[in-house]
Amino acid sequence: MHLLEGEGVTRHFGGLAAVSDVDFYVDQGEILGLIGPNGAGKTTLFNLISAALKPKPGKITFNGRDITPLPAYQICRLGIARTFQTVKIFPHVPVVRNVMVGALFGTGRRTSSAEARKKAEEALEFVDMLTLKNTVAGDLTLAQQKRLEVARALASDPKLLLLDELMAGLTKPEVTEALGDIAELRSRGITIIMIEHVMQAIMAASDRIIVLDYGKKIAEGTPAEVAANPKVIEVYLGEECDA
Amino acid sequence: MNTNRLTPARWFSGGLLLVVFVVLALLPQYNHGYTVTLLTDILRYAILTLAWMIFSGPTNYMSLATAAFYGIGFYIAAIANGPVPFAVAIIIAGLVSFVVALLVGALTLRLRGVYFCIFTFALTLLIQNVVLEVERVVTHTRGRFVEAETTEVAYYAMFIVAIFTIAMAVLIRRSRYGLALQSIGEHEEAAAHSGINVVRTKVLVFAASAMPMAMAGAIIATQRTYIDPGIAFSLQSSFLPVLMALFGGMSNLVGPIIGAAVFTYIGELLLTEFPDLYMLIFGVVLILAILFMPNGIVGLAQTVWTKIRGSRRSAAEGGRRAPA
Repeated sequence: MHLLEGEGVTRHFGGLAAVSDVDFYVDQGEILGLIGPNGAGKTTLFNLISAALKPKPGKITFNGRDITPLPAYQICRLGIARTFQTVKIFPHVPVVRNVMVGALFGTGRRTSSAEARKKAEEALEFVDMLTLKNTVAGDLTLAQQKRLEVARALASDPKLLLLDELMAGLTKPEVTEALGDIAELRSRGITIIMIEHVMQAIMAASDRIIVLDYGKKIAEGTPAEVAANPKVIEVYLGEECDA
Repeated sequence: MNTNRLTPARWFSGGLLLVVFVVLALLPQYNHGYTVTLLTDILRYAILTLAWMIFSGPTNYMSLATAAFYGIGFYIAAIANGPVPFAVAIIIAGLVSFVVALLVGALTLRLRGVYFCIFTFALTLLIQNVVLEVERVVTHTRGRFVEAETTEVAYYAMFIVAIFTIAMAVLIRRSRYGLALQSIGEHEEAAAHSGINVVRTKVLVFAASAMPMAMAGAIIATQRTYIDPGIAFSLQSSFLPVLMALFGGMSNLVGPIIGAAVFTYIGELLLTEFPDLYMLIFGVVLILAILFMPNGIVGLAQTVWTKIRGSRRSAAEGGRRAPA
């Protein structure tokens, strides 16, 4: 049984098929990369998994359980946490309390305030931001706000983590550091699906890659297979080579 | 959390609170008539403002339904006070209002921003007109008489409801719901994806905050003897709490109480001293307050206080740093 599995997942916006009949799965402990040109439907797929949107039609199962009808907060409590392409933090709340939200509400268990704080501090330690715990979140740099989102997601004890363009806008050393963090998360038993435009990073980090184009899955395989796929080169990597 | 430490400032404010409490509790023993009535009025607005702020403060959902719940209190008092003891009538008012708010909240709290605001406004008008029609068709009257209570009884009832409201506000603010509400206000989508049951939290707190509004209404109704839908559901009760909260400052719970007290007192003063110019002067005062005190009275006080302390502290630190 796969940890997460989607069958025929589809979502239209008006006449536009943002995600069209996509089958996908991810196994426990795997790192799955999701790539594709802008507007290919990657973030929409994340929104469908995390129940920001409902697939019409389509079915998504997690640990064998049909999670398609569940609301977003229950998806989080079941163990699927996410970050956002455009950061969504609580700007007037101190960093540590931002993360505590995940620990208090996202784990599916009743957590005391002291326990939640401890957990939040551990998560902040992981993203190297413990010294910033009392800063108001809106004062952080964009890169820090992205890491704050990771910490908030981690505090909810996820089994599966959805990372949406974590590395966009990061410098090279920061990308290397983020890759290290991802390896560390995997060693903790967290499964990851990541959307990334930084090719070098996603090729290095992923076990398997799914390529979307105009809402359809056009290729799937190991990074090497995907990189050698003529369709992929045509729609995606080809563009970059020309540029 | 370190916020629970007993610092001298906390001893001071705790002591001050106790003094205010005792003075307010003993007041009717020494004072009769006007002062007690005025204080009842101040407490009423403090309750409405604080109750409004329990929900609308952290979530930024501006509710104009205060008058609807307040008016429900009036009608419960008209129906129940007399047949049942006054205290029971007040509690029934709170419970009925809770249930109505629960239903209304479940229907409307999916709306956001200005849509929610307009809906709550319309709700007040709707309830007002439904009551008006029901009375016309069923009882063939326009208004009702309410079993009166003495000024002192009303004052003490209002005092107890005020304490209940403050306790509710403090408990919600300090509990996990406080953080949940704030998260919803700051970024509702992120809150939902972090595991907060957004709809349930909003509806429950909205309903809880409607209780004290109706209780205050039930008490005030006994001071009016005659009520009709125009009196009970007057839109003033929806707008004034919002203005009072802005006037006092919304950063903490003291702000709305001070806002309500000062606002009510100024209003009363102007009404008695300059009955013809009342609205004009009141409007000017309000505009000036909003222009020059964007964070309310409490915000202004905090700014002044940190300036005084800041200069004192930097002087002290400068002295300490010098030898090193």
